Amino acid sequence: MKLIKPLLLAVLAATSLGAYAKYNGEDRGRPTLPSQVNAKWQAECSGCHMAFPPGLLPAASWKKVMSGLDKHFGTDASLSPADSAEITDFLVKNPSNRWTSNAAPLRITDAQWFKAKHMSGEINPAVWKRESVKSPANCMACHGGADKGVFDEHGIKIPK
Amino acid sequence: MTTRHHTPHLLACLALALPLAAAANPILDAYRAQAKQENAAFKDFTVAAGQKLYSTKGAELSCASCHTDSPKAEGKHVKTNKVIAPMAPSVNPKRFSDAANVEKWFKRNCNDVLGRACSTQEKGDFMTYVLSVK
Repeated sequence: MKLIKPLLLAVLAATSLGAYAKYNGEDRGRPTLPSQVNAKWQAECSGCHMAFPPGLLPAASWKKVMSGLDKHFGTDASLSPADSAEITDFLVKNPSNRWTSNAAPLRITDAQWFKAKHMSGEINPAVWKRESVKSPANCMACHGGADKGVFDEHGIKIPK
Repeated sequence: MTTRHHTPHLLACLALALPLAAAANPILDAYRAQAKQENAAFKDFTVAAGQKLYSTKGAELSCASCHTDSPKAEGKHVKTNKVIAPMAPSVNPKRFSDAANVEKWFKRNCNDVLGRACSTQEKGDFMTYVLSVK
């Protein structure tokens, strides 16, 4: 008992410290998607890709994304001012609740949590180039529940 | 009692009118009116010009890059792989039924393919072609 107690404390301290600094403060939220989603967000953001859950990035990222829709990663994704305002409101009210860093990446794939979870040591870089995957933006290729905000490891199926 | 005699006539008229009504498109009509206003020499939109626009390749893309060579076929987003529902109303009646949505996509896609906005003539030609694909 004399030995176990300090050991236990040390482990606890290490994990809580570790959790605090997880992904340098760039962690996705839990949940990634609120139970009530905005219909405009659902309809408009799924026009060209899966509607990415707002909890994958901080509010500052969403503000940047939404203010540059006319040049959205090489395409014009512009919306009417009213639709844009409504969707921005939904995004910034439901951002990652575990993000502590000031970094506000434009791309989900630039977030530290994403990089850590998709390391080249775990996923062969060639997988991303497969016709069935094509882009890391295609979450659904491997995460079948991604459009419902479900990304847990047990549901992953990497396609051929 | 007169209604009983009128009903078959009414139905016959409706049966004749419905295919015509289905072929007309209020959004295309609005573009036609707008084109007339913008250009006194405007004649009409043509399937041929629309088809040419559909296959025109800009710096990187054409309409066909994502929508395939046939507007009747299911497309695939060239970057994200997302499935795109067919564009021809003959197989997808939801298409070209909401003016704001049509304008939204013309703005985006003309910019993406041609690097500029499309003229009213081009929008009308394009629609005339896609609506003609049965």
